[in-house]
Amino acid sequence: MTQQPIQTDLNSVLSHEEIHAIDAELSHVPYKSGAAIDALKIVQERRGWVSDDCLMAIARHLDMSAEQMEGIATFYNLIYRRPVGEKVILFCDSVSCWICDCDGIKAKISQYLQIDYGETTTDNRYTLLPVPCLGACDRAPVMMVGDELITDLDDARIELLFGTHNEARTD
Amino acid sequence: MPNITIDGQTLEVKEGDNILQACLNAGLDLPYFCWHPAMGSIGSCRQCALVQYQNPSDERGRIVMGCMTQVTDGARFSLDANNAVEFREAVVESLMLNHPHDCPVCAEGGECHLQDMTVMVGHRDRRYRGKKNTHRNQYLGPLIHHEMNRCITCYRCERFYRDYAGGTDLGAQASRDRLYFGRQQDGILESEFSGNLVEVCPTGVFTDKPFLADFSRKWDLQSAPSICGGCGVGCNIAPGERYGRLKRVHNRYHNDINGYFICDRGRFGNSYVNADQRIDYAGIQDADGRFTAVDQASAIDTAGVWLKSAKIGGIGSPRASLEANFLLQTWVGADQFSSGIADIERATVDRQLQILQSTRAINPSIKQMELADAVLILGEDLTHTAARVALALRQAVRNKSLAMAKQMGLPSWQDAAVRNLAQDALSPLFVVTSYTSRLDDIAQRTVTLAPDEIAEFGRQLAARLQGEPAQSPLIEELASSLAAAERPLIISGSSMLQSNIIDAGAAIAEALCLDNPQTMLSLTAPESNTVGAAMLAHANNLSLEGMVERAVELDVLVILENDLTRRLDAVSMQKLVDSGTKIIALDVIENATVEHANMVLPAASFAESQGTLINHEGRAQRFFPVFPPAEQRLPSWQWLLQLAALSGNSQLAALTQFDQVVDACAASQPAFAHLNEVAPDRRFRDRGQKIPRQTHRYSGRTAINAGVSVHEPQQPVDHETPLAFSMEGLNRDQPSTLIPFVWSPGWNSNHALQKFQAEVDGPLKGGHSGVHVLVSSANGIDHPGAAVGNAPTDLWQLVPVHRLHGSEELSARSDEIAELAGDAFIALNAETAGQLEVAEGDRLKVIANGDSVSLAVKIVDRMAVGCAGYSYGYAATRGLIAGAGADLQRDTDWRPPQPSLIATDRQSMAVDRGSPHV
Repeated sequence: MTQQPIQTDLNSVLSHEEIHAIDAELSHVPYKSGAAIDALKIVQERRGWVSDDCLMAIARHLDMSAEQMEGIATFYNLIYRRPVGEKVILFCDSVSCWICDCDGIKAKISQYLQIDYGETTTDNRYTLLPVPCLGACDRAPVMMVGDELITDLDDARIELLFGTHNEARTD
Repeated sequence: MPNITIDGQTLEVKEGDNILQACLNAGLDLPYFCWHPAMGSIGSCRQCALVQYQNPSDERGRIVMGCMTQVTDGARFSLDANNAVEFREAVVESLMLNHPHDCPVCAEGGECHLQDMTVMVGHRDRRYRGKKNTHRNQYLGPLIHHEMNRCITCYRCERFYRDYAGGTDLGAQASRDRLYFGRQQDGILESEFSGNLVEVCPTGVFTDKPFLADFSRKWDLQSAPSICGGCGVGCNIAPGERYGRLKRVHNRYHNDINGYFICDRGRFGNSYVNADQRIDYAGIQDADGRFTAVDQASAIDTAGVWLKSAKIGGIGSPRASLEANFLLQTWVGADQFSSGIADIERATVDRQLQILQSTRAINPSIKQMELADAVLILGEDLTHTAARVALALRQAVRNKSLAMAKQMGLPSWQDAAVRNLAQDALSPLFVVTSYTSRLDDIAQRTVTLAPDEIAEFGRQLAARLQGEPAQSPLIEELASSLAAAERPLIISGSSMLQSNIIDAGAAIAEALCLDNPQTMLSLTAPESNTVGAAMLAHANNLSLEGMVERAVELDVLVILENDLTRRLDAVSMQKLVDSGTKIIALDVIENATVEHANMVLPAASFAESQGTLINHEGRAQRFFPVFPPAEQRLPSWQWLLQLAALSGNSQLAALTQFDQVVDACAASQPAFAHLNEVAPDRRFRDRGQKIPRQTHRYSGRTAINAGVSVHEPQQPVDHETPLAFSMEGLNRDQPSTLIPFVWSPGWNSNHALQKFQAEVDGPLKGGHSGVHVLVSSANGIDHPGAAVGNAPTDLWQLVPVHRLHGSEELSARSDEIAELAGDAFIALNAETAGQLEVAEGDRLKVIANGDSVSLAVKIVDRMAVGCAGYSYGYAATRGLIAGAGADLQRDTDWRPPQPSLIATDRQSMAVDRGSPHV
């Protein structure tokens, strides 16, 4: 959050395509504020995260105050109000995964990527976040990398996925 | 009425109430946080837990939330059941996980609802040893201090700020234990009611910033029942004092007027009482224009010489008490007296009085206004001219949602459910003004018209309501909406300084009255005692302008608490000064009129004196001194009695005490007959004692002045009021007019109020307070004279734009209000600004009546065609006259002055005052 008020010119912040997509959502809801979450997702899908400028532009487009929009954006863990890497790793640390030693697997990820929860790799490829459940307990431990659900994690899989990360970066 | 059983005790309770209300009404202490009597229940804090039993044989019961459970006949509950007691303690313990143990440095300490509830549930030992959450606090402007770590996430702040007061820039953010209440980014809170957060927050997240900088504990404050002087509404306030300084103002509950909430002008606009510019000594002006300070006796001696067999005139004031105005008029005689209101305003005020004395419509209290189901506002930006009324209208538009809830069988206190059901359904509110109003966001329709067009629009609407065909679809829409309402409310007032708008409003109300006796008509009054001054007016009175002409014939002119430079143009003011008459000015604070006086007498402020004010609805209310005036100051009524005696006046010679002055005033006209019932007189005793202004824990009474002298002075004795400058006596069960502060065992916060209420959210146990002195004959208003209009011109028509912070004289002398007032401005709509090729913040030369003033451009959403608004009551716009034509030219020569005044910048204040009031 910045100290200075930010002047937001709606047109220069949101793309026509984004506005078009938001307007499509608006047509499905009786109140403009009903499209708030979708609007945030639309912008995040295209930019990876929601900046202050975007937040205010969306708020204005939906006749909401920045405070209301911020309330919604910050309520949901998966709306990112800070820049994230190209792919977000949503790592489940809930009970089934924990029983299956997700802690050890997480340590492996951290070792390969040199990041802890909430951090992004220096090459900006990955951001690691914990998540309470991915609904795949039968295949625990699990995580999502970007849009892909990866199940039955073990050290070998982690190595396969991230083992060359540091080398790749130095290339 | 249903009966319920609580721990074996059978209680008769009010149908539809929830159990929490029922418990509080029964005097049972059931702790709570998120519930608020004016805002209902959301069941979020889980504090008011108790056990409900299913049937007579149920011995286990189940935990329910008191605030979410409606009473039903025969229901059985327990507060004392072990699991309920443990549950309530566990809730507080869980809140304490993150609540800092910083009570000693917290401004809420000693009047903290969280402290009270923690003690009430018996939670003492903290078991949690981990780290507490910490948050970043925000800068929220000069009024409110933010300390987010203390938050217990009850949501009351957001519910008040957004749901109740219509603010948009404060809200809940994030979730779980990261929940945060604040703005999206640092900045000044926009709501004119932000100060109520101080009282709404159950702990110290939002505290009174100016008070924090000059702090005393509640138990160390000396308080008195008082009336806000900020506008004509007359909200009840409870100012607190220590060390001779007015420390803070809290809301003082009045069931019919302000309820639990006041505006920020009322709460923060009184620190002028402590200002360096207060007049401490009498002063006599030398030939070279310098004032020499003299003591009371010397001032009286000199005045005696001047007044002996002199021809004396007097100018009263709509911000001085009824008694002081009465004394001055009685002393100098009605034909040598002016009420101190300029002609342009007097015309509207007099007309207003005539209407209220004859209308068939109900002249409503704010409580009644909240029940309106259709509202029309003519010509007023109420949030800036009668803020508390605007807040009431935000509740009135919810009547539609309450009706929807009733249909569904949903109790009105089910706040979240009712709001969810109603979404944005609102009762109709129509705003017909010349420029943007702060209620536009809840208006069904806004209409932007020049002042004369507003009057014409109103006239057409009244004609339609009397059966004539509508002139436009818009008129038809408003007419059918108002006619369909059960309790329509028409609001107008004098802020545009045009009586034809008031006439139009009255005509609409009268027309509605033909079919609907529940029609309400409310007219705002500009100053705290405008109605009182108008009621005192005598047919022989001089107008203010007339007094300027008369001055040459007078030897002495006495000006009572009135800065005439705010009302007269510079030429007239100079004429008055040049008239050769000796001017004696009584006032509380230095101003431009005082500078012209030959003698200045230091008057006590509202916080150091007593008097009666008559509000916009004609309700007379008494304010009492919070602390004795500093040594050389006297209340104006005492100065006037002394001066009258010097001049040999025999009529007032018998009066020495305030109660006698009230009696004399009461005898002066039939309308004032019940003036001595406004509040108990000085002889009032409760169990043999006066009502104490100090709490029973007031500390250091004999040590406060030890730095000056170790001899313990006697406590000041109050000979004039039923209150004592003392902690002896009982603050309980007294008449409602005499409640200096609320406190009850176990209830140190302002929630102790419920112990003073006859029932939750109901009237006070001490009965009504205030007396209606303005009673309508209900004969109907006379046909208004020909509407006085402004001649059409090629020039821009100037319309006064009122600002809550800046337009009122005395509050604008408080540092924080001055900071918020900002620079004087000229308000234009975007189209006009484009035409003149100016943008927000650019300067325009406003040329009117031969004068030119440079003002900052402010772009507003709505401004009537051909009109330009000027910030009313600001020093820079003093020469501008409402309705006058003006030429607007780009000001390219203008250069910014020294840094503008900010509250904390004492040094720059001492050097040069760039504020709007000098």
